[in-house]
Amino acid sequence: MDVLMLSRLQFAVATMFHFLFVPLTLGLSILTAIYETMYVKTGDEDYRRAAKFWGKLFLINFALGVVTGITLEFQFGTNWSRYSKYVGDIFGSLLAIEATLAFYLESTFIGVWLFTWNKVKPKTHALFIWLVAIASNISALWILIANGWMQNPVGYTLRNGRAELADFWAVITNPFAVLEFLHTVSGAYILAGFFVMGVCAYHLLRKNEVQFFKKSFNVAVTFALIFALFEAFNGHLHGAEVAKTQPAKLAAMESHWETASNVPMYLLQIPDPANERNSVQAIPIPGMLSILAHHDSSATVKGLKDFPISERPPVMTTFWSFRLMVGLGFLFILIAGLGWLKRREIENQSGLLKLFIYAIPLPYLASELGWAVAEVGRQPWIVYGLMKTADAVSILDVSQVATSLAAFVVFYSMLGIIDFYLLAKYARKGPVH
Amino acid sequence: MLETIWFILWGVLWAVYFMLDGFDLGLGTLLPVLSKNESERRIIYNSMGPFWDGNEVWLITAGGATFAAFPTAYAVMFNGLYSALLLLLFALIIRGVCFEFRNKVDSPGWRSVWDAAMVIGSFLPALLLGVAFANIFEGLPIDQNGVFQGGLLTLLNPYGLAGGVLFVLLFLVHGSLWLAVKSEGALQDRAGAMAKKLWPVLLVVAVLFLGFTLVATDLFHNYFKTPVLWLIPLIAVLALIGTFVFIRQAAWGKAWISSALTIVFVTFFGVAGLFPRLLPSSLNSDYSVTIQNGAASQLTLKIMLVVALVMVPVVIAYQTWVYLFLGGKVTEKDLAYEEAY
Repeated sequence: MDVLMLSRLQFAVATMFHFLFVPLTLGLSILTAIYETMYVKTGDEDYRRAAKFWGKLFLINFALGVVTGITLEFQFGTNWSRYSKYVGDIFGSLLAIEATLAFYLESTFIGVWLFTWNKVKPKTHALFIWLVAIASNISALWILIANGWMQNPVGYTLRNGRAELADFWAVITNPFAVLEFLHTVSGAYILAGFFVMGVCAYHLLRKNEVQFFKKSFNVAVTFALIFALFEAFNGHLHGAEVAKTQPAKLAAMESHWETASNVPMYLLQIPDPANERNSVQAIPIPGMLSILAHHDSSATVKGLKDFPISERPPVMTTFWSFRLMVGLGFLFILIAGLGWLKRREIENQSGLLKLFIYAIPLPYLASELGWAVAEVGRQPWIVYGLMKTADAVSILDVSQVATSLAAFVVFYSMLGIIDFYLLAKYARKGPVH
Repeated sequence: MLETIWFILWGVLWAVYFMLDGFDLGLGTLLPVLSKNESERRIIYNSMGPFWDGNEVWLITAGGATFAAFPTAYAVMFNGLYSALLLLLFALIIRGVCFEFRNKVDSPGWRSVWDAAMVIGSFLPALLLGVAFANIFEGLPIDQNGVFQGGLLTLLNPYGLAGGVLFVLLFLVHGSLWLAVKSEGALQDRAGAMAKKLWPVLLVVAVLFLGFTLVATDLFHNYFKTPVLWLIPLIAVLALIGTFVFIRQAAWGKAWISSALTIVFVTFFGVAGLFPRLLPSSLNSDYSVTIQNGAASQLTLKIMLVVALVMVPVVIAYQTWVYLFLGGKVTEKDLAYEEAY
């Protein structure tokens, strides 16, 4: 393998590992803040214990989310230095703004929140966790503005042999970035909702602290359902934006080979990229792909064959990741909907409770698949239409990158195992009296 | 003009980072030496507890500001120092999780694993940052394409190592003083005695480093050209002496502030000598990355300056508040607090 492939693998490992922790941080910080606010409003001690219990799980998860985020900032320089040099004027400034605007706030107040349960009024203490929650979500906004720019570069001009900022407003209001942000954070909220519901289900099945976990469950199920529904809606808009700005990615997501108008969507489809066709293609919904992509059943959708082979993303990965993610998205609406309907007597629904436990990993899978669609589907570009991934990689020896990749795999596996072990341990332990 | 302002800001961000994270890196390194039992170890962890994470963000920002304001410098430096920076990264990761993991399993074996991780994860960044900056001071073997002609071992030259030792010692003194501020009784005595013992070593290394700098680098060039700059090393020396004076008076808070000033002005000393270069090339001065050939566009520098001028004071304000609010001593009683590390 060459430096390019190894660096891509290393980035994939670093990003996917980082994103095992980020969504729970984004969502559970808000849920913890909601529980603590409910304590402030009602004085119900259970909500104070809830804030402490979920807050503890939040912190175990947060530790790895933060430290693995530093890796990503480093990687742009270490492994993608030609990219950094070419687009740093825009991309670098977005990362720097993220740090000053959000990361300080988050990292400072997480410590304050942790150490001041007995030192300040409940209202003030709740404010601290809200600051953490808001800051981590603002963080996500700036990171996704940066990623959105890689997906749909706007507001730049090519000058001095690089992309320079021309219109800052255009960069931060990039519609692609806004939709990507909504899609990513909604996914994170679903994940956090399912995490909380799963842990609640574990205890409710054992009749442990029933009142406590019912209260936590009820907040989480409403939260998860709202965002599962919203996700389907904003996901559709996001897909339409992809159709507009990255037609090759859309064609790969749908494994759509021939340019045509009034294109159906096939519920059953198996791509055959070697022969530039689909080996199975059944149960069409007439005009559906045209509608989804361009809100018009007669619209023309460009097929993969009309892109040069060198500019097509890997079809199999993009297609299957997308299909599976969408399928899971609908499943989340179904499960969360069921939970919501039965929420008043959830402790007696043992079948449903078991389902909730097994559902915990599914939103994790969906989030990772979503990133696979976004990043693999953008290939061969690192910045869509502007810079190829192959032109972005650093000048390094294969041995350097092979060593660091091996180190990342070993090191991250260990940390990941420990972190999930601790999460499971404290989740099972339940709240302190 | 904007480039110059950003160069200064770049130096300030690194200086503040070294001043803040410096104490917890130093204290983490000294953990096994300063503590005699489990509750003393916990006091040490909790004395850094609410602060270390916020301190480390200054590193992220210093890196981010380099990326934004001087993208070419970021690209050349991170590509060139690949192995050293990834080593630094692994150390910071292992150190970051220590705080959260250490107390989550009730077993002495488990804790001692994380104590060891804390020592390595604190010592390595202190050393590597010193080595990296000393190498930048003396110039990196960068060719005309900005490619680094060397490896990890290139960095471990005598001057680079001297820089590493200097940083480690600065941070060890700074960390001991922090613990002296935050603890009481035997632990405080031990921390104060450690600072007192380390200070003369630091002085010797600092003097040697300064002499070495005259031989190995051209940092002094700017000082001879613009004599007013001598104020910077002068303040550094006075602050270093002040640190010792306050240590002798057992005025730990003042000694810590003095030590913080030392670190800040030692950083400024190097950065002012570098100007206008961010990464001097040891192969040919034409290959150096400077504020002219390495800077971002005027528009980016302008927008970033507005963000920095608005947000950095806000950050300083709330971080100062946190330091004042949670700055009291950590005692045995605080360890009973259920959220304590």
